Amino acid sequence: MPEPGSNRMPETGAFFQRDRTWHPPVLTPDYKTSVLRSPQKALLAFDNTASELTGPVFGHAMLGELDNDLIHNFARPGESAIGERIIVYGRVLDERGKGVPGALLEFWQANSGGRYRHKKDGYLAPLDPNFGGCGRTITGEDGGYAFRTVKPGPYPWPNGPNDWRPSHIHFSIFGHAFAQRLITQMYFEGDPLIWHCPIVRGIRDRAAIETLIAALDMQATIPMDARAYKFDIVLRGWRASLFENRPEGN
Amino acid sequence: MAQSLDRFKESPSQTAGPYVHIGLTPNFCGIGGVYPADLGASMVNDKTQGERIGLEIRVLDGTGTPLRDALIEIWQADAKGLYNSPAELRGAADPDFLGWGRCPSDMETGLCTFQTIKPGRVPFRDGRLMAPHVSLWIVARGINIGLHTRLYFFDEAKANAEDPILARIEQRVRVPTLIAERKGDSYIFDVHLQGEKETVFFDS
Repeated sequence: MPEPGSNRMPETGAFFQRDRTWHPPVLTPDYKTSVLRSPQKALLAFDNTASELTGPVFGHAMLGELDNDLIHNFARPGESAIGERIIVYGRVLDERGKGVPGALLEFWQANSGGRYRHKKDGYLAPLDPNFGGCGRTITGEDGGYAFRTVKPGPYPWPNGPNDWRPSHIHFSIFGHAFAQRLITQMYFEGDPLIWHCPIVRGIRDRAAIETLIAALDMQATIPMDARAYKFDIVLRGWRASLFENRPEGN
Repeated sequence: MAQSLDRFKESPSQTAGPYVHIGLTPNFCGIGGVYPADLGASMVNDKTQGERIGLEIRVLDGTGTPLRDALIEIWQADAKGLYNSPAELRGAADPDFLGWGRCPSDMETGLCTFQTIKPGRVPFRDGRLMAPHVSLWIVARGINIGLHTRLYFFDEAKANAEDPILARIEQRVRVPTLIAERKGDSYIFDVHLQGEKETVFFDS
């Protein structure tokens, strides 16, 4: 049911089919871990049912004051994380170009030296005692969001003998429906490592990769404080149902 | 050339990677003090309606080895078959049940454990009832795009037999890959990413 007081009718049609040639395929052998973790049989296709068209709602009330400030949300009082201060902002849209309000975004990243605060990360670069590496926010009415962080460093990883990940921020996005659930990564304009990375290169279409590269935006930069990067995210859109009869009305 | 359709493409997926816990379950991996609790860690309270059940889910790779760095999210209807979602137009769901949970694999055993309730039946697009089921979304290092499947219940044989989604599986020998076995108050479900017992994954 729509929230009390809201006159916005929920979208209830089915979604556009996912373009699996635009996404990376499940098996990308140059990214070695995918070899034993990729399904080999055909997916079972069916039009969305209520189980895929619905999804949980996360209210703004759950957010803490510093949830969208990775520079301070793990730092000791009066201190802050080390690194290049940046703002990441943008909109969550659907494939029809409409802003997606109320979308929960969760992000995580390495610190400015390329080290994650995780017991599985053994990279010799040091932890920053003032940086945890996680944040979250919920989009506004127009689908807009913003958060503050430090630019993550690139780091080596045990895939090939000398593979390096480009600087990146992981994004988890909840739209309005389970069928829209998505995790992806944001890269930074101008980073030469993007085009060497086996995980990035799993995406076959260069134009698709470019949609994951955030643009430096000097107009949104805060002078003497932080540079800004713009990163829009697109979730699956509802199929237009111009002549489809639905029990609940079109 | 014809006119442009003016549509965007969905952002391409990228793997959740080995450090997914930092973003989605920071308390689980020792990053305390940022969020009061990990989202989706608890699904039921004293007032939630319905039969309490546990789900014990593992994800196994092509060698049969359990993944110890996967993360599973589940989404299900309440005991009456209603989703707690604005897109649910059939009625108001149990306010004490969000219907969504999130659990990382145990770093030793690979087990994901959910304490939830048995969902009610939800209608298919044409009004026929689907069997009780829980939707699963699985991400991990090495998984390039989140995997979507369902868990059905062993002790719902009659409902399973008339379920429109299970009915679409051409090779009937694969149907049991979506059906959880009962063990005490819990259901046991192994997701096989590859091999003879490969789970049926969805494109929906």
